[in-house]
Amino acid sequence: MSETKEKRQETYYESIIRQGYSRRDFMKFATFMAAYMGLETSAVGQIAKALETTPRLPVIWEHFQECTCCSESFIRSDHPIVADILLDKISLDYTLTLMAASGKQAEAAKHATIEKGGYILCVEGSVPLGDDGNYCVIAGRTSLEILKESAAGAAAIIAWGSCASNGCVQAAAPNPTQATPIHKIIKDKPIIRVPGCPPIGEVMAGVIMHYVAFGKLPELDRLGRPKAFYGKRVHDSCYRRPYYDAGLFAETFDDAHAKEGYCLYKVGCRGPMTYNSCGTIKWNNGVSYPIQSGHGCIGCSEENFWDNGPFYERLPNMTGFGIESNADDIGKIAATVVGAGIAAHAIGANIMKRKELNKRINRGIENEENIKA
Amino acid sequence: MQTRNFKRAYVWQLPVRLFHWMNALAITVLIITGFIIADPPVIMDHHEANDAYWFGIVRFTHFVAAYAFLIMILMRFYWAFVGNKYARWAAYWPFSNKAIKNIMHVMKVDVLLLNDKNKELRDISVGHNTVAALAYIAFFVLFLVMIFTGFGLYASMSASWFPQLFTWVVPMLGGDFTARMVHHFAMWPIILIAIIHIYLVFYHEWLEGRGEVSSMFSGYKFVRTERVISSDKEEKE
Repeated sequence: MSETKEKRQETYYESIIRQGYSRRDFMKFATFMAAYMGLETSAVGQIAKALETTPRLPVIWEHFQECTCCSESFIRSDHPIVADILLDKISLDYTLTLMAASGKQAEAAKHATIEKGGYILCVEGSVPLGDDGNYCVIAGRTSLEILKESAAGAAAIIAWGSCASNGCVQAAAPNPTQATPIHKIIKDKPIIRVPGCPPIGEVMAGVIMHYVAFGKLPELDRLGRPKAFYGKRVHDSCYRRPYYDAGLFAETFDDAHAKEGYCLYKVGCRGPMTYNSCGTIKWNNGVSYPIQSGHGCIGCSEENFWDNGPFYERLPNMTGFGIESNADDIGKIAATVVGAGIAAHAIGANIMKRKELNKRINRGIENEENIKA
Repeated sequence: MQTRNFKRAYVWQLPVRLFHWMNALAITVLIITGFIIADPPVIMDHHEANDAYWFGIVRFTHFVAAYAFLIMILMRFYWAFVGNKYARWAAYWPFSNKAIKNIMHVMKVDVLLLNDKNKELRDISVGHNTVAALAYIAFFVLFLVMIFTGFGLYASMSASWFPQLFTWVVPMLGGDFTARMVHHFAMWPIILIAIIHIYLVFYHEWLEGRGEVSSMFSGYKFVRTERVISSDKEEKE
């Protein structure tokens, strides 16, 4: 595509082969990515072709208020090419945690990429806006400043993880640092939100691969999440779903029902409210996912999951109504108050309206007499 | 003591009555199934999932009742423009002088239970009074909240076009979790208003004997002859 007179940039395929992978490994990788993206088999060729012909996509990866679990998840995605080639050795022009260069060299590389433009900006972590952004300062500059600078020339922004997409734990009430997700700061760039704490490594690879292979953003839902990975609830692909429909639930984590693998709905599983691919792609090279390990989903890819606690109850606590009271507790109290009010009104009516009622009754009696006569 | 003459007045038309009872049924079913869905009881022990589908049936019932409820609300909304004067939207408008006067009067006589010294014929509401109208407006708003959050949540498990019209609701609220909480919490004021509604119907029936309860079956209420005449005059003016 961009064969310049000076030096043609290496394509993905060339660098993959240079790293010592065989053509067969490469094809396996393309097939594997197509499968994760939910594409049909004919798309495998397209992906392979894109990797063969597309020069590597420059990527700047910023780290702000985060725990690096997104990066950890990404480099542990179950195909070695993902970590090895796509990111670590080739694509990444700048990332605080994984790059070899440091200091001025690193900054220079980043600025060179920013000036060229057309790169993908990956952001891990939220940006604190409180106290002039002083809660997250890197090399003497606030994360807000850094983000605005890096976003300027980006073709697209990927907000990795719940921090960058929703604010995650840092934004939990009362949000002391005013942690803010990326889409609330940068308004003029296409932003893909890839929530999860962390997101699944294969999902992250899939999002990048989609951009590389097709040159455009994947189809997004109304919250800006790629539909291919966030289109269904964890509940919809959960292997325990039949127990849910059959009304077979674990009551506690140590009862016989939990042992039999019944649905964890009643112990607070957030699967029915959480859009993610955990049930299909799973974690740790497809080994398991929380529900399979006997623990309910905590909804880590949903907005405000941290505040919608407790994790082991279906109904969240209501703030402003005292600690640990949920909608039903408040409703029952309100119903009692209404009941008491009605009782008081009924008693009051019998006293206050006695005369009126008697008048009406006497009139009725009179009418009755008239009928007899 | 002089006995009073009452006239039969056709107040609640058939679609209004039909709406009332179908709606009452749908809401009852929705509340019961809703509670079960929120906190399913243990009714089976040590079964395999392929032996049963009771929770699925409860949810299905909830969704069917939701559609019935929605259709009834739409019908009632339509009837607010073509029905008689007791059913029309104007009967729910609380901002006219007459309505405000009526609210003050109802607050005094029926809520605080004080007695009028001089009874005015105009104070007798033939349809519902304006405080009741306020309660029904609250009902209507809550119904809309339930319909929008309910179908918004339902959209992700349905392939049909109708629920897809509500896919914007959940993202607007920030996610299924909040939508679900709103859906659950909004049920409580509906229950509370319904309880008060039933009590006040009994109260009016007990005190006034105008056929408050039976009117929702027959459509007729009993109105003092003088009130009917004054109401006729009012309309002529």
